[in-house]
Amino acid sequence: MSDPRTIRDIRERLRSGEQSAADICRRTLASLDRTEPAVHAFNTVTAEAALARAARLDRDRDRWRDAPLYGVPVALKDNLCTRGVRTTASSRILENFIPPYDATVVARLEQAGAVIVGKTNCDEFAMGSSTENSAFGPSRNPWATDRIPGGSSGGSAVAVAASIVPLALGSDTGGSIRQPAAMCGVLGLKPTYGRVSRYGLIAFGSSLDQIGPLTRTAYDAAIALGVIAGADPADATSAPKPVPNYAAALTGDIRGQRIGVPRALTEEGVDPEIVSAVRSALDVLAERGATIVDVDLPHARHAVPAYYIVATAEASSNLARYDGVRYGFRAPDANELHDMYSRTREAGFGPEVKRRIMLGTYVLSAGYYDAYYLKAQQVRTLIARDYEHAFERVDVVAMPTSPVPAFKIGERKDDPLQMYLADIFTVSAPLAGLPALSMPCGFTSDRLPIGLQLTGRRFDEATLLRVADAFERDTEWSTQLPPLA
Amino acid sequence: MPGEFSRDEVARIAALANLELERSEVELFARQLGDILAYAKALQLIDTAGVAPTASIVEGQAIDRGDELRPSLDRSAALAVAPEAAPAPGLYKVPRVIG
Repeated sequence: MSDPRTIRDIRERLRSGEQSAADICRRTLASLDRTEPAVHAFNTVTAEAALARAARLDRDRDRWRDAPLYGVPVALKDNLCTRGVRTTASSRILENFIPPYDATVVARLEQAGAVIVGKTNCDEFAMGSSTENSAFGPSRNPWATDRIPGGSSGGSAVAVAASIVPLALGSDTGGSIRQPAAMCGVLGLKPTYGRVSRYGLIAFGSSLDQIGPLTRTAYDAAIALGVIAGADPADATSAPKPVPNYAAALTGDIRGQRIGVPRALTEEGVDPEIVSAVRSALDVLAERGATIVDVDLPHARHAVPAYYIVATAEASSNLARYDGVRYGFRAPDANELHDMYSRTREAGFGPEVKRRIMLGTYVLSAGYYDAYYLKAQQVRTLIARDYEHAFERVDVVAMPTSPVPAFKIGERKDDPLQMYLADIFTVSAPLAGLPALSMPCGFTSDRLPIGLQLTGRRFDEATLLRVADAFERDTEWSTQLPPLA
Repeated sequence: MPGEFSRDEVARIAALANLELERSEVELFARQLGDILAYAKALQLIDTAGVAPTASIVEGQAIDRGDELRPSLDRSAALAVAPEAAPAPGLYKVPRVIG
């Protein structure tokens, strides 16, 4: 019998009694053991707890009907707090941190019957686009293990792409769900800012951070978003809006949907194979009845510097809490308090985190605030307005997720600016607070996955998922498996 | 476009951020931060006269609640994850503050 690869498959197996939650869990752990040495997707595997939980679920089988993730194995990015389970954010400074509480999304997943199998590798504090900034070594792309899987939620994308789990959660500040999804050939959804509670997410850029699902299909993303979305008293920025039935939106009917393409932005400096795959994807959507129109986002080309100023400013403030006092690592043998702070932070943070703390501290410092931080916040307003104007004419904006496919491990590590520039297509949506997803839309001639990004109106994840699902019905990209799986 | 960012500037910012950088990091960051900031200067060319800054995307959302006692994290659980604590009086321990 083949392995169930989606949430839908697993539900069907459990419903029919063909397999138990324990069967599913054992298969997941076996596939993890087999694949992990080649890809390093996980920082921590919670095998025993997962098996015990699956066995408990099997004793209460009738609950499956009301629990949309009943018996579904799930991986969590290692910046989501899990009570009693080590949560590192892939940083030395939190290497032995065991949170005393669960993130709201973790509690909601468990309430829905999910079986958490482990914590996935990522760039340190979610800062990076390759997972090479993890203190525990990079994850590897299952399509070509000498290449990066993207980042920062690289381990989560790998765990889904290698078919270890059907669902992993990631976090996205400037593309950290969508870009690894694109590079690993899976679907990754960054919800609208405020759609999902951030309580228990280790903070990076608090006005940008959102938690979202990585899955193989739009249907699975719809189920997962329905579970994790919704207001939370513990996060004042979570929106008090009802959560729609996202799965019900997947009608396959996209006739009359207007899809905007910012051609001026997206065809310059982009790998020609990616340009061509995205064009073909738009043809498929047009064939299904969508109307493709040009839109202009004149300020989006300035999104990278605006993003890196806003995000690092917020990061420098958020990461001030790692001072060796309340949790995490403390440098030994300091003889006074201030010395302890700076030695703890020097030894605990990796180079990219230090670089961003430095940049953020600089742009907020006296004499530079107006020139950099305030200016970036104003450009943020202009970028958000560009999208508002576009959404007066279209329902969805489509573009590539990344201008390049997965690159070789080590290839760009010493050039942070080049690394940042590759985030050009993903940083606008979080600056504007908009929902966006990346889905597979083809391969390069080297058989590296290519991602199509769809951005929508605030709180209109349903339209994004409907378009993605319609695209899946007419193409085979989402069912492709890497040789490792 | 190679940027300029002096080593003294790096040291000044590191002190503000409570980072004790190694000499090699000072050299590296002087170059890399210079490059990044030179690139970010492109923002200065954008006309933002009269444009309000965006600090948060959340708008028109009530973020206050009734001032009522609610359960919170247990003090001993919070202290248990500290590098050094005195659980009985409920305190974090740190190296001396005043010489």
